[in-house]
Amino acid sequence: MTHQMTFRGTTVAAEPGQSVAAALIAAGVTDWRTTGKGGRPRGLFCGIGICFDCLITVDGIPDQRACLVAAADGMRLGADAEPGAALQDACGPGDDDA
Amino acid sequence: MHDVAVVGAGPAGLAAAVEAAEAGLGVTLIDTAAQPGGQYWRHYDQTHARPDDHVGHHGWSVFTRLRARLDALRATGRIHYLPGQQVWLITREPNGPFTLQVTAATAAATAGRSQDGSDRTLAAHALILCPGGYDRQLPVPGWDLPGVLTAGGAQALLKGHRTPAGRRAVVAGTGPFLLPVATGLARAGVTVVAVVEANATLGWFRSPAGAASAPGKSAEALRYAALMARHRIPYRTRTVIREVLGTNRAEAVRVARVDRDGRPTGPDEEIAVDLVALGWGFTPSLELPLMLGAQTTMDTDGSLVVAVDDRQRSSVDGLYVAGEATGVGGAALAVHEGRLGALALAAERGRPADPALMRRLRGAVRRGRRFASAMHRTYPLPRAWPDWLTDTTLVCRCEEVAYGDLRRAHHDLGAEDARTLKMLARPGMGWCQGRVCGLATAGIAAWLSGRETGVDDLRPLATRSLAVPVPLGELAALVEETTPPEAADEGGRNGD
Ligand SMILES: Cc1cc2nc3c(=O)[nH]c(=O)nc-3n(C[C@H](O)[C@H](O)[C@H](O)COP(=O)(O)OP(=O)(O)OC[C@H]3O[C@@H](n4cnc5c(N)ncnc54)[C@H](O)[C@@H]3O)c2cc1C
Ligand code: FES
Repeated sequence: MTHQMTFRGTTVAAEPGQSVAAALIAAGVTDWRTTGKGGRPRGLFCGIGICFDCLITVDGIPDQRACLVAAADGMRLGADAEPGAALQDACGPGDDDA
Repeated sequence: MHDVAVVGAGPAGLAAAVEAAEAGLGVTLIDTAAQPGGQYWRHYDQTHARPDDHVGHHGWSVFTRLRARLDALRATGRIHYLPGQQVWLITREPNGPFTLQVTAATAAATAGRSQDGSDRTLAAHALILCPGGYDRQLPVPGWDLPGVLTAGGAQALLKGHRTPAGRRAVVAGTGPFLLPVATGLARAGVTVVAVVEANATLGWFRSPAGAASAPGKSAEALRYAALMARHRIPYRTRTVIREVLGTNRAEAVRVARVDRDGRPTGPDEEIAVDLVALGWGFTPSLELPLMLGAQTTMDTDGSLVVAVDDRQRSSVDGLYVAGEATGVGGAALAVHEGRLGALALAAERGRPADPALMRRLRGAVRRGRRFASAMHRTYPLPRAWPDWLTDTTLVCRCEEVAYGDLRRAHHDLGAEDARTLKMLARPGMGWCQGRVCGLATAGIAAWLSGRETGVDDLRPLATRSLAVPVPLGELAALVEETTPPEAADEGGRNGD
């Protein structure tokens, strides 16, 4: 059975087993967040959880990697929170000399 | 306490875990992905598999045999397998066991996990790290537009999610991996307008060293050549993408012929596409081995890799490393290394390990490495690639640091090396922690100062205090729990 998710007021279908990113791309959506400085659109880039370009809010939980999260029926995608708010910025100055 | 923790369930880690467990060691196997296979054997969610999922998937039976052994060993409790989990910190008391901090890869996975935190911290006497790697990237104007993916990412979307990332694609960069990506997309119905290869030819299967050390590989090259012909995909060598064009997504690319160093020799040509798959080979994930202080070296492809001996032992006692992390060389080599490392560890821990088998594996690893070096020499990064950049080209996608910012940090502020460049202009300081732009930043630091990229350029961009960004709650919990003092320090410093 096909899953139905919502994104920006529209319904996005997903095959069971697809990731959130795959379902969005299959639905013709190529970007789902904007960058902090330049306000540039971003979507999938590395596809394997490395680059963090694909961050998305899933059911109210911010900063999920759309390429890793499995699509599920009734999922609410995208929203309110600023990307990056909940993640530890693991790379302050000085970390590089460890 | 486990005898050994294996990180990564790709070709190397899967082979290592199975081999170690069958030799009698108690194994815990941790992997970010929800199912085993790593990058090479990435496949659609097994519970929804279709018979045609594995068409064109080389070595699939090697995988299914390994998976069957994994399942059997899990059933008898020999392997404790933790899928969907990522290791974000490893510490060690002097001469003590390794302590691994583990968190769910996605919040959705946390929901189904026991809440007692028992899986959060693991201890093991020895470690076999098989973290694999990821696509190597060079920035090019417009590469931050949606519709531009890594070549591996386009492949992963197809293999793992049955989803082509566009309708009209160009696959560009360098290396043999561009061919399976292009033919895979074509098979899925995508029009592949060209494979754009920066280097000269498919010379590696003509190279005596390469072909002799891996005869099967020449057949593979011919198979891909035939597939390219069948799908009528033009293979344009000594050509690069100079710019990706588009306003809010990729709409076209400008390509040009280049000389050996990557300097344009012909006019630009515009090609309309909605998918740009970029790949310059792969580079290893080094954060876990570097966290433990493992010695590194520069491979023939210019990537920083973990130095190991002929038993896959790193410079750190009890720490074995196998697969791409010791040098990019493909799945078959990763399997040999995983097995060899596991047997060497078993022998060291007093378990039976067939010496003849170990000798054979050592030979296979040596041959595999020779072949990998031949490939690396055939597909180098064009020396003059920084010439493609303009001042507004993003180098660091996370922190949105442009080439102009790096040039100014160099010219106005005197940043000579990658480390200073990173401090002043902040490339590699965003969420991905320099995984995507690390190599480019190191290369630019060297380029601006007129020298070749060296280990000292690469290392500051490869070292990470945490392997993955984690929710603040996990760090707080770690600091509150009884943790090694160094780890608590890290947490405090990062929490600033
Ligand atoms: C996106 C991508 C697609 C590729 N596709 C192909 C292909 O189609 N054909 C081909 O010939 N080669 C492909 N490759 C090359 C491929 O990586 C190697 O040939 C082979 O998979 C290497 O095996 P490995 O075991 O060393 O690493 P991998 O297969 O990369 O396995 C490493 C595993 O470790 C896990 N891991 C890493 N860090 C952590 C951590 N901190 N905690 C927990 N788990 C962790 C990863 O999630 C991964 O599952 C691809 C590479 C990439 C990056
Ligand atoms: S696309 Fe890179 S993390 Fe998801």
